[in-house]
Amino acid sequence: MQTNPALEYDYSISKLFLYATIVFGIVGLLLGVVIAFQMAIPQLNYLAGEYGTFGRLRPLHTSGIIFGFTLSGIWAGWYYIGQRVLKISYNEYPFLKAIGYIHFWLYIVLMALAVVSLFAGMTTSKEYSELVWPLDLLVVVVWVLWGVSLFGSMGVRREKTLYISLWYFIATFVAIAALFIFNNLQIPTYFVSGYGAWTHSISLYAGTNDALVQWWFGHNAVAFLFTAAIIALIYYFLPKESGQPIFSYKLSLYSFWGMMFVYIWAGGHHLIYSTVPDWMQTMGSVFSVILILPSWGTAINMLLTMKGQWHQLKESPIIKFLVLASTFYMLSTLEGPIQSIKSVNALAHFTDWIPGHVHDGTLGWVGFMIIAACYHMVPRMYKREIYSGKLMEAQFWIQTTGIVLYFSSMWIAGITQGMMWRATDEFGSLAYSFIDTVTVLIPYYMIRAIGGLLYLIGFIMFTYNIIMTIVASKEIDKEPQYATPIAAR
Amino acid sequence: MFSWLEKNPFFFTVAFLVPFSIAGLVEIVPEFAQASRPTEGLKPYSMLETAGRQVYIKDSCNACHSQLVRPFKSETDRYGMYSLSGEYAYDRPFLWGSKRTGPDLHRVGDYRTTDWHENHMWDPESVVPGSIMPAYKHMFSNSVDIDTAYAEAYTQKVVFGMPYDTPNGVALGSYEEAKALIYDEAKAIVADMKNQDVKDALARGEIKEIVALIAYLNSLSNERRVAQ
Repeated sequence: MQTNPALEYDYSISKLFLYATIVFGIVGLLLGVVIAFQMAIPQLNYLAGEYGTFGRLRPLHTSGIIFGFTLSGIWAGWYYIGQRVLKISYNEYPFLKAIGYIHFWLYIVLMALAVVSLFAGMTTSKEYSELVWPLDLLVVVVWVLWGVSLFGSMGVRREKTLYISLWYFIATFVAIAALFIFNNLQIPTYFVSGYGAWTHSISLYAGTNDALVQWWFGHNAVAFLFTAAIIALIYYFLPKESGQPIFSYKLSLYSFWGMMFVYIWAGGHHLIYSTVPDWMQTMGSVFSVILILPSWGTAINMLLTMKGQWHQLKESPIIKFLVLASTFYMLSTLEGPIQSIKSVNALAHFTDWIPGHVHDGTLGWVGFMIIAACYHMVPRMYKREIYSGKLMEAQFWIQTTGIVLYFSSMWIAGITQGMMWRATDEFGSLAYSFIDTVTVLIPYYMIRAIGGLLYLIGFIMFTYNIIMTIVASKEIDKEPQYATPIAAR
Repeated sequence: MFSWLEKNPFFFTVAFLVPFSIAGLVEIVPEFAQASRPTEGLKPYSMLETAGRQVYIKDSCNACHSQLVRPFKSETDRYGMYSLSGEYAYDRPFLWGSKRTGPDLHRVGDYRTTDWHENHMWDPESVVPGSIMPAYKHMFSNSVDIDTAYAEAYTQKVVFGMPYDTPNGVALGSYEEAKALIYDEAKAIVADMKNQDVKDALARGEIKEIVALIAYLNSLSNERRVAQ
């Protein structure tokens, strides 16, 4: 990856997405902390009348983090990485630059409308796909604009071979497009009947079929975003920050194609012991376990890239974030398959262990990877060193503590709840009423909420560090080749 | 082959689509028709129940309550018979949920009453001490959207062939007829309620969200699902 000295990259679009990453990160995490505390202290449901209940806020939290924070982070990464691995500059192609700007601003309009409509209770109820149909159409437009940028940039590239990150970007783009469209096929009721709200619609599928399509989407679109697109980032930023080449091309090849085949099957693990046919549940279960192989293939490829360079872990907070992200990816992709085993799923499904699993993936893997990517990009985009290394160290440990509190409390809560639901007395009658299984969890809900709060505090430290880097840090005259310059270690 | 694909984005994308598509086709297509069949005697949601289902979705009840009784003794003891695929045949969207912060509701109509729901939605701790569910007092003051409920039921009938207006079945009729029906249903629910504001509102011609929600929760029962 030698750099072409004649090429001046254009970071204006990446910078916009960076700001969006920070704003959506704060808002999404704050909503998460609020709803976490609501489960421990129900009175917090009444802060904003009907607009502040757990039910209204939960889709705002999930959408804000998935489609706000994560997507912005991915796109900040794309508009930065794309030019570099393809050896082009948006300065040379005003069309691509314009597409990038339209992409960003339409996305912001979409997110604003999403926030308003979800607060108002306009939802399809399908998880991570709650937006009403007119907004779904806008999602398609935004997505197509990204496609134009992605394939347009590849069309004019100087570097003929597509770097690994681009494989994952292509996969993310195509997979989510297909999954999103099929899951959101719906009939707007106003146009059929001539009555009622024009934004209302009903799903094209009913009951069991609707559930199948939803979890084919829910597992694959969301998990794909959290997996494939984040892998695209780590394949670029880990070697660039550490100065080490990727450990194995063959391993990356095997992990990529293996994952693309296996991943989609695993959606069935959301429907174990439901009314979908038994063989589908078994397929979902089996393929989820097989999925460990390509997932760990990627994670091991990342960790072995650091072979002989582990001293960097001590020296660089950015490497800390990157390595811990890979480690949490390993944890999460082992935990998921365990939960997909039928007998484990019988216990774990519907309990807090599931949000626990989701969050060691999202907070540890997705969050840390995007934070590391921002710390790597900002000094290069603004030509300044990072404002404070001490702050980064403190942020790292506060957030890591938060994640550990989060998942350990949810492990205990989930397994406790699952065991209490099935516990019987000596006559074979149920030992606990449902409310017993709720009140016992309140201490764990409190620990989880505190864990989430720590993560949010760390994110605010990150925001402060980034802002100070942009406005007040020491300027650097030449782009650092590898390790990012950091002040005040 | 891979090094060639990595130089050709178009063919790379095509190559990606092949392994990507297999699972979806194998898992979803073969049993699609089978999974669409209703159980015998399953009745469509009435106007008021449809409106109540919309309230349930609007406030994301499904964020904390499942509607899926799994085939374990511990679940059938607690909630009633395990769920059957055909019972969901008219559910657009499905409302299985993914988390039980509160109990399952798929058979709640078999063991809770209008009166219980009214107390519970006004102040959950009055009937379930220690409950962490918020009160939903706004449902006692917001009115339901009758037009959108009709639009949904009508769409279910004409697009998806939901069996409304069959002999001895659930009636829908024209917009005016449906509107008369929903008031009759609301009167029957409100007769079992004690909140004076809700009663006064109905006398003025407004159906409050709580009335529709209770009708929907009551409909999650054998009475609607089994041929009588």
